[in-house]
Amino acid sequence: MVSFLRFLINGISLGSVYAIIALGYTMVYGIAKMLNFAHGDVIMVGAYVAFCAMSYLSLPPLVAVLCAMVVCTVLGVLIEGLAYRPLREATKLAVLITAIGVSYLLQNTALLIWTANPKVFPSVFSVGSIKLFDGNLVITSEIILTIVANIVIMIALTLFTGRTKMGKAMRAVSEDRGAAELMGINVNRTISVTFAIGSALAAIAGVLLCSSYPTLMPTTGSMPGIKAFTAAVFGGIGSIPGAMLGGLLLGVIEILGKAYISTELGDAIVFAVLIIVLLFKPAGLLGKPVHEKV
Amino acid sequence: MTQTEGKKRLLDTKMVPAPSQGIIPERDLLSTPVLEARHLGIEFGGLKAVEDFNLIIGKTEIAGLIGPNGAGKTTVFNLLTKVYQPTMGTVLLNGKDTAGMNTVQANKLGIARTFQNIRLFDNMTVEDNVRIGLHNQVKYGMFTGILRLPGYWKGERRQHEKALELLSIFDMQDLAGVRAGSLPYGAQRRLEIVRALATNPSLLLLDEPAAGMNPHETEELMHNIIKIRDQFKIAVMLIEHDMNLVMGICEGICVLNYGRIIAKGTADEIQANPTVIEAYLGKKKEG
Amino acid sequence: MKKLKKSTVNNLISFGIVIIAFIICQSMIASGAMKRSLKGQMVPICVYIVMAVSLNLVVGISGELSLGHAGFMSVGAFSGIIASAWLRAALHVDNEVLRLVLAMIVGGVFAGIAGVLIGIPVLRLRGDYLAIVTLAFGEIIRNVLNCLYFSLEEGRLHVSFNNPNIPGTMLVSGPQGATGVDKIATFPMGFALIIFSLIVVMNLINSRSGRAIMATRDNRIAAEAMGINVTKYKMMAFVTAAVLAGMAGALYGMNFSTVAASKFKFDTSILVLVFVVLGGIGNIWGSIIAATLLTVLPELLRAFADYRMLVYAIVLILVMLVTNNPMLRSLFGQLARRKGRDDQVQVGGAEE
Repeated sequence: MVSFLRFLINGISLGSVYAIIALGYTMVYGIAKMLNFAHGDVIMVGAYVAFCAMSYLSLPPLVAVLCAMVVCTVLGVLIEGLAYRPLREATKLAVLITAIGVSYLLQNTALLIWTANPKVFPSVFSVGSIKLFDGNLVITSEIILTIVANIVIMIALTLFTGRTKMGKAMRAVSEDRGAAELMGINVNRTISVTFAIGSALAAIAGVLLCSSYPTLMPTTGSMPGIKAFTAAVFGGIGSIPGAMLGGLLLGVIEILGKAYISTELGDAIVFAVLIIVLLFKPAGLLGKPVHEKV
Repeated sequence: MTQTEGKKRLLDTKMVPAPSQGIIPERDLLSTPVLEARHLGIEFGGLKAVEDFNLIIGKTEIAGLIGPNGAGKTTVFNLLTKVYQPTMGTVLLNGKDTAGMNTVQANKLGIARTFQNIRLFDNMTVEDNVRIGLHNQVKYGMFTGILRLPGYWKGERRQHEKALELLSIFDMQDLAGVRAGSLPYGAQRRLEIVRALATNPSLLLLDEPAAGMNPHETEELMHNIIKIRDQFKIAVMLIEHDMNLVMGICEGICVLNYGRIIAKGTADEIQANPTVIEAYLGKKKEG
Repeated sequence: MKKLKKSTVNNLISFGIVIIAFIICQSMIASGAMKRSLKGQMVPICVYIVMAVSLNLVVGISGELSLGHAGFMSVGAFSGIIASAWLRAALHVDNEVLRLVLAMIVGGVFAGIAGVLIGIPVLRLRGDYLAIVTLAFGEIIRNVLNCLYFSLEEGRLHVSFNNPNIPGTMLVSGPQGATGVDKIATFPMGFALIIFSLIVVMNLINSRSGRAIMATRDNRIAAEAMGINVTKYKMMAFVTAAVLAGMAGALYGMNFSTVAASKFKFDTSILVLVFVVLGGIGNIWGSIIAATLLTVLPELLRAFADYRMLVYAIVLILVMLVTNNPMLRSLFGQLARRKGRDDQVQVGGAEE
């Protein structure tokens, strides 16, 4: 029972990281209708920036995270402006391949700067832990921090999209880009802001991911990226609560699957659950089904 | 009267509940109607888009379905072709109940259609569009095609000949090699009709066939619809806003408003019907 | 009939070019004029051409984005390797060419079975959802292969799941993959496979079934209204592509002495997709050229050493930006229209 609780908490922690990454995927998909495969690599860049800020410049952790967020935001906006914006009218596949090109670019640039040797991420957020059940259940500060960060981000984003003018513009663009443009919404700026927010979240996710799993390599971002993308689809791509729910469920399923079914098949179980869910709910858990008008 | 006699006979032989009033031309009375819709209806989340739709179309009848915008005309077509599954009522095609069938099965049973917003296979040639229509008419298997067995050559030749023959109805055989998406608008509408005809239907549904055509083209289309009916001995049902066309060629007309049939009859009857006039022009102010 | 003949002539010319390219390569190898590094690339080039051509059948002709094509390749590779070892040990098939052919057939059959099993759920979905599920299946296949152990003991095959302790010589050992593989793949066989897959794909496209597949791509609703069973024809394209990828995988597997499942990662699926998109979606000959050039390109970029993948990425992005520039596009479009009226192969794209 205690071990189950431990796995569950670990799952929620991992799921929170997935959820934060998935938010970036889902917001970009909702608004630009594109699968941004480079998102996972933005996470990696964020983690490296934070790592450098802490290890080489000895900045305090919070400042390091802020640095990572700033760098990733700029990076996200740059990627969108240089690589994706010229392709606004192009086919989906063209945008997808470009996103893959950007992903290669980021990975290989990181490889040149930081080499392939794994870096050990400093355990800066380790300020103690809560011990329960006579020390059988240890909840580390990283786990608490991750979960708290997730909740805060969720609330902030919900308020942002629901209450602010920019948030409403984002929702309008995702509903109908053409109509939004006719209503005087600056679509390009809205998409830029979306990329900025998604990338800033990716930076946070990168730091949280690496404080729980402290090996940092140029390919660190790709697998969590793919899984978070899965989480976004799982919850219903385009839906913010869906990304949250999908991320959490995916993290829990992965950890429990690895613990109770098979360590080697952990990823396979995650993907199998995704497939089963999509078969019964083709638009994901919280997604709206779309019908083609005849 | 022949009309009542014919109806009676139909009832006796098939032992079905009384069909609602149809407007079948006399020549079709003694044969099974090609289409019979009984109490047909569909709800979209509580909203009744079409309800209690009753209609009979005879074997070689040209029928019109008219009504103001948003009356549910295209929805009726979608119900008949099983793009939507009706939530109420039944559709009989050539006397067979279509309950539970999908679009493909409905087509194989003899119903073919065109679309209001043209749906051609844009990247394929005109001829290949017609060949898609011939898909279930001239058949050979996948391996016959890959291995280029004699069946392939025979089938391809048959498809080619039939496609050109069908295209010649609208004098389009010279356009056979042109990409369908690059045709002018009117030609695209005509190609859709040819493609639908290629599936060898007994009922052809045309959704606004004259939309976007000039008066001269419309005139030609009217002749061609009659020609198609006479040549292929099939029934045609059309949705159209061009009243000259509807009143000119439809033997029976059905008027739809707010998802319900408000009138049925011949062109003269419809034109004189006060409910229809009201639906189209609004109620006259009292006083 | 005129049109049919013209497309046949076009195809014959294209086949001729492929054959001449083969003869040139083969004589370069024979005379020693080809660099060693390039020589080692010949079989992989053939494999990637077949992968690209088969993926194009799914992406370009049937219009569904598949991100898990490497999964079928891995099924083919492992089943082919096992079949080849078993054929030699149990049935004493010593002729290498025969064994390779049989292994490729086995690889194709198993990949085809995987294609059917995956296609049934996948093809119920549409668009991006279909893409993500193919990605998921590709990862599942790789994960499962990582847990499989095969060994051969006096002609008897042993299989186990997640348990390396099985008797006999190991053929496939989980994450390490297949070891001690017979390297019997040859360039001429690779060439034969290219010709085979080209014939299958081109003949399929120019037939009743192929037109039905393209109709489902261009307009699903109209295709259904014309009495075309959309799922059946999507499945046909998907499974045919899986079979060809399986055969290519078997050839690929037997070109190296060790093959691990990690060689068939998501990246490999993406690599093949890049060939398809750069070669022109729906354009079979374009796929061949793109697959060849992009497999050789990293070799040619060897001078750049560490920077070559970076250069590759930049080239990829620039090519996408340039080819999708609206101005250049309309120019290309005009040229293509002038040239390709009857060209049966150059049919549009999987644009929605």
